[in-house]
Amino acid sequence: MKLSRRDFLGATGALAVAGGLGSTVGAFAQGKDILLGSVLDNSGNLDIYGKPMVMATTMAVEEINAAGGLLGRKIKAIQYDTQSDIALYTKFAQQLARTDKVDVVHGGITSASREAIRQTFRRANTLYFYNVLYEGGVCDRNCVVTGTTPAQAVEPIVEYAMKKWGNKVVILAADYNYGQITAKWLQYYIKERKGTVASTDFFPLDVADFGSTIAKIQQASPNFVVAALVGGAHMAFFRQWAASGMNKKIPLTSTTFGVGNEHLALSPAEGDGIVIAGNYSQEAKSPANTEFLARWNKRFGDTKIVHEIAVSQYQGIHVWAACVKKAGTLEREAMLKAIESGVSIEGPAGTVTIDPKTHHAALDINLMEVKNQKLTIISTVKQRPPADTAQFCDLLKNPNDNKQYEVKI
Amino acid sequence: MDYAAVVVLEILYMISFIALVSAGLAIVFGMMRVINLAHGEFVMLGGYTTLACFRAGIDLWFSMLIIAPLVVGIVGLIIERLVIRFLYGRMIDTMLATWGLSLLLIGIVTLIFGSSAVSVPAPISGYRLGAYQMGGYNLFIIAVTVVLYVGMWLVLRFTRLGLIARGAMQSAEVASSLGYNPRTVYMVTFTIGAALSGLAGGILAPLTGLLPSSGGGYIAQSFIAVITGGAGAVIAGTLTSSAMFGTISQIVSFASGPVLGDIVMLALAIVLLRLMPQGISGRFFRNSQ
Repeated sequence: MKLSRRDFLGATGALAVAGGLGSTVGAFAQGKDILLGSVLDNSGNLDIYGKPMVMATTMAVEEINAAGGLLGRKIKAIQYDTQSDIALYTKFAQQLARTDKVDVVHGGITSASREAIRQTFRRANTLYFYNVLYEGGVCDRNCVVTGTTPAQAVEPIVEYAMKKWGNKVVILAADYNYGQITAKWLQYYIKERKGTVASTDFFPLDVADFGSTIAKIQQASPNFVVAALVGGAHMAFFRQWAASGMNKKIPLTSTTFGVGNEHLALSPAEGDGIVIAGNYSQEAKSPANTEFLARWNKRFGDTKIVHEIAVSQYQGIHVWAACVKKAGTLEREAMLKAIESGVSIEGPAGTVTIDPKTHHAALDINLMEVKNQKLTIISTVKQRPPADTAQFCDLLKNPNDNKQYEVKI
Repeated sequence: MDYAAVVVLEILYMISFIALVSAGLAIVFGMMRVINLAHGEFVMLGGYTTLACFRAGIDLWFSMLIIAPLVVGIVGLIIERLVIRFLYGRMIDTMLATWGLSLLLIGIVTLIFGSSAVSVPAPISGYRLGAYQMGGYNLFIIAVTVVLYVGMWLVLRFTRLGLIARGAMQSAEVASSLGYNPRTVYMVTFTIGAALSGLAGGILAPLTGLLPSSGGGYIAQSFIAVITGGAGAVIAGTLTSSAMFGTISQIVSFASGPVLGDIVMLALAIVLLRLMPQGISGRFFRNSQ
């Protein structure tokens, strides 16, 4: 017997409705479920990022349903595991948009995966939320970004580090669109503050030997180093940096460290002192965060794995839910209007406000330092805007824009 | 001047790195002509064995130098008994089987340890070299590689075991007519090869960190080194090609970046294999080990 996912969903949906009729809860009896799709790497190399995001998706959907759903209907999550394989992203994106006909998609982790699926959703008029920190610049009315951009999470590092340590910088970055564009923003922010970039080096994701790099950095003797390195192999840099004793000599900062809970993989001696910036720290003492972690603990157990982009995903789904409530319908134009109404929610990492012009989010940003395997908060800026993307992008004026802008240096 | 010393040390380290991860493969391929595509996973297993022992509170040196090769050697023995021994002389089948094996090993390790990057801390701290700060652990890796290769050479050259191994390698039929079962020789050789891979994995774990998929990073370099080295003389060939590739990739890395370093290394391997299809040892070291 051939059982397609759709048949299966139909059958289980019918069962759910039947169950609902039998009970006293008839709340979800009207209309069919709202479908929320996700494409995330729940296995493979990137699952350290993806797994907690999948859990966050499940949790957000369950919580919204427990609170009565949206528009009197229940949300059903259709989550596909892209297995860290970029080809599966395009495949499942097509499936979500054309076969499952979902009402919204929250997904994509690396910038490469986002660009692989963004146009598919745009063509299919399927609203798309990308909930991960990234290199900035995506200007697409169909797409909402709730992760941080360089103006939010890179500029504060540059500002802090240049003030504290000096103005000569070495940049190390992953060799794909995230690293390349982030490196440009780094150069831009450093030059803006009259600093000099001693060198910029790019590393393919499988490079795990940084001996020559570390020697070259010493020869350049910068005041500090910024690492926009990504993935498991690049972790070797932080280890080799510490093993050579450099962590006591030249300060190290990173735009990505901590996002995949890297601070837990390094010993305190290796990780201490690395400066990062981002939207979320588990150490934040706000009631919203404490309650969020308690709920996570109740649902999944271990809260150690909660990281920034899991929280971003959770917040992104709640932003979408707020838009649905505001629009009162799932109809596309009404939803876009709601998104462009300055909608705002309170998440575990603070207030998330969608900027109508860019469809990016103003976020609370923490400057943090790794201390004893924890991301200790140095200072917090409330509601930092995505100023980088806003330099180029105005979707209210140019609703048909469909570009990713990069800074010119 | 200091910088020159730094470059030389980094080159020596890179040579040792390649030679170390290639040792197990060199033995298995050179002696038995078995292409073991699960070689990288043996290295990875050595790393995870070290990690597990370290977490259990066992001394790190003992874990990486004794337990890691022992455990991976036993795994190799089991695999040889269950899979490899049925496939001797069938190169393509062996490749397929070991490829499947590598996927299986990755899966098992992921199930046990999860797929996030983990590491053991480097047990040796950095030291100063003039104005430069260097990784002390690199020196240890260089030392281990030297000891390992000298040891391999001594065993092959001067012991009865080495003589039998070389005999079985040159002509399995003659060896068997003299009363040595080549199948037993192969079993021992494969086990030793696996153990050496485990040793490499254990020793490199503090430096590179561990992922279930990290075996893939070793396999390319070790295959290039071993194939270019040639099967004519396992030790001399692998050492020469490691020295050549390590030097060139590191010099290019210093001059530009690691990307070009890898590209130049691959290009060089292609050119060399075109000029010397039997590998370096097939051309120059026909009568040594």
